[in-house]
Amino acid sequence: MLTFLGNRFLQLIPTLFFVSVMIFLLQHLLPGDPALAMAGEERDPAVIAQIRAQYHLDQPLPQQYVAWIGGVLHGNFGESIRMKESVRDLVLEKLPVTAQLAVMAMIFAVAIGLTTGVLAAVKKDSMWDYAAGVLALWGRSTPTFWLGIMLIVLFAVKLDWLPASGYVSPFENFWRSIASTIMPAFVLGNASAAILMRHTRSAMLDALNSDYVRTARAKGLTERSVILKHAMRNALTPVITLGALQLGEFLSGAVLTEQIFSIPGFGKLIVDAVFNRDYAVVQGVVLVTATVYILLNLIADVLYVVVNPRLRA
Amino acid sequence: MADVAFDPALARDAATIESPARRALRRLVRRKGALIGLAIIVLFVAVAVLAPLIAPYDPAAQGWTSVRKPPSWLHWFGTDEVGRDILARVIFGARASLLAGVISVCIALGIGVPLGLTAGYLGGFVDALLSRLTDAMLACPYLILAIALAAFLGPSLGDAMIAIGVATTPVFLRLTRGQVMAVKVEDYVEAARAVGNPRWRIALVHILPNILPPLAVQASLSIAAAIIAEASLSFLGLGQQPPDPSWGSMLNAAQRFLSNAPWMALWPGLAIFLTVMSFNLLGDGLRDALDPRER
Repeated sequence: MLTFLGNRFLQLIPTLFFVSVMIFLLQHLLPGDPALAMAGEERDPAVIAQIRAQYHLDQPLPQQYVAWIGGVLHGNFGESIRMKESVRDLVLEKLPVTAQLAVMAMIFAVAIGLTTGVLAAVKKDSMWDYAAGVLALWGRSTPTFWLGIMLIVLFAVKLDWLPASGYVSPFENFWRSIASTIMPAFVLGNASAAILMRHTRSAMLDALNSDYVRTARAKGLTERSVILKHAMRNALTPVITLGALQLGEFLSGAVLTEQIFSIPGFGKLIVDAVFNRDYAVVQGVVLVTATVYILLNLIADVLYVVVNPRLRA
Repeated sequence: MADVAFDPALARDAATIESPARRALRRLVRRKGALIGLAIIVLFVAVAVLAPLIAPYDPAAQGWTSVRKPPSWLHWFGTDEVGRDILARVIFGARASLLAGVISVCIALGIGVPLGLTAGYLGGFVDALLSRLTDAMLACPYLILAIALAAFLGPSLGDAMIAIGVATTPVFLRLTRGQVMAVKVEDYVEAARAVGNPRWRIALVHILPNILPPLAVQASLSIAAAIIAEASLSFLGLGQQPPDPSWGSMLNAAQRFLSNAPWMALWPGLAIFLTVMSFNLLGDGLRDALDPRER
C-alpha cells in the first residue's frame, strides 16, 4: 500500500511540472509585450518597467519560468494588478466559499444520483428505470447557467422563496447561508447527479447479477438485505472514486454558477480577473485549480484501493 | 493434400456477411433515441443553413416600440431589451452554436488524432512526452482551461472555438493513442509491416480506419460538450460578441431582465438543451451500435 502511494505520488511531479509550464506559457500567447498587457490601462513607463522587473520579463523564458515557479513554491503567486492584493490571499479568501458550494453540491449529487441509480437497477426496465434514464439525459444536456436562470425565475422572482443572488457566510447566519447557496448548489450538482446515477445503475446491475448476490438470495436473506448489505456495498466502490473526481469538476462548474448567483467565490474571481486582464490572478487560479484537481485524482485512486481490499495485496 | 470442395452454402453465407459499417447502421437505426437525436440535429442544421430565408425578422433590427414584448402572433418568442425578435435571433444563433461545436471538435481531431497516432505507434520518448502533456492538460478542468485560453487569445467566436478545440484535444489524443496501442499488435498490422509498408502508410491506411468508430462516438459527445462550452464562453462575454446573435450571449443579456422578461431566457436555453441532448442521444446510440459485444 505504501509503495503504491509512493509511486502514485511520484507520478504527480512530472504532471505538475508540465501543468506549471503550460500555465506559465499562457501569458506568452498574448501578442506583444506581456508587461504592457499586465499593466492594463496604466501606461506610465515607470509602472511598466516595475512590472518588467518584478516578473523578470527582461530575462530569457527559462529564467522567467524558474523565477516564477520559485515564487509559487514559496507561496508567492504574484500580485493582482487591479486589487493590489497578493494572489495567494485572494485565493485563500475565495476558496472556502467555493468549497461550501462544492460540498453542498456533492450532497445533492449523491442523494439524487445514488437513490435513482439504485432504484433504476433494482427495477430494471420498469417505469422507474426509464424515468431515471430521462433524468440522466436531462442532467447531461442542461446548461448550468440556463438551469440557474430558470430556477431564479421560479424560486426568486415568481415564488419569492429564495434570494436571487448574493452570499451569506455560515459563520454569520447559518440558515441565511443555506438559503443563499441552496439553488446554486443544486445547479452545480445537477450534472454530477446524472453521471453518478448512470455509474451507480451500471455497477448495481453488475453486482445484482453476481454469484455472491445469488448466494445471498439462496441463503434466504430478505431482498432489502441483499440489496443494501451485499449488492450496494460492492457497487459503491467505483462510485466513491467517481465522487472524488466530480468534486474537482465542481471547481469548473463554479465559474458559471457563481457568476449567475453573484457568489464571491473562486469561479467569480477568475471571471473578474479575465475581464480586468489581471493575468497573475488568472495564472494563480488556474494553477491552484489544476493542483486541487490532480490531488483529488490521487485521492480517488487511493480511495479505490482502500475500499477494494483485493487491490491492496 | 486434401481437396477443398466447393460448398455452395458457404459461398452463400460469405456473400450475405454484413460489412461492419452496414451492421452498425442497422443497429443504429433500431435505436429510437439515436434517431430522434439525429432528426433534431438535421432540423437544427437546416434551420442554421436556411436562417436568412426562414427568420421572420432581421436578427439585428431594433424596434424601440417593441422593447421586451412577451410572445405574441407578431413575435412568436417575444422581443428582447432593444426590441429585436427573439425567434430570429434563436434561428441565427444556431449558426454560431453548431459552427462552434463542429469546428472546435475538428480542431481537436486535427491535432489530437495525428499526435495520438504518433505517440501510440512510435512509443518511447515521443509517447512519454505527449502523454505527460496530455496528463497536464487533462489536469486542468475543461472549462477553466477554455476560459484561460480565451482570456489570453481575446474575446471572439473564432478565438473561443480555438480555445475549446485546444481544451478538447487531449481527450482525442489519449483515445487515439490507446486505440493505436491495442490495434498495432493485431496480425493484419504485423502483415502490413512484414510486406515492407512504410510507417506512415501503416498508421494511415491500416490503423486509422480501424480506430474510427470510437473516435466517431467521442466526436459526437464532444460536439455536445463544445456547444455547451461555446454557450458558456459567450454567456461570460468571451465568445460571440454583440450584436451578432449566439444562444449564450442571449442568455447573458436575459439575466438582467428576469423579473419582467423571462421569455428572453427561455428560448435560447431550450435551443441549447435540445441541441446538446440530440448530440448526446446520437453519441450514445453510436456507442451502442458500434460496440462489438452488442449483437
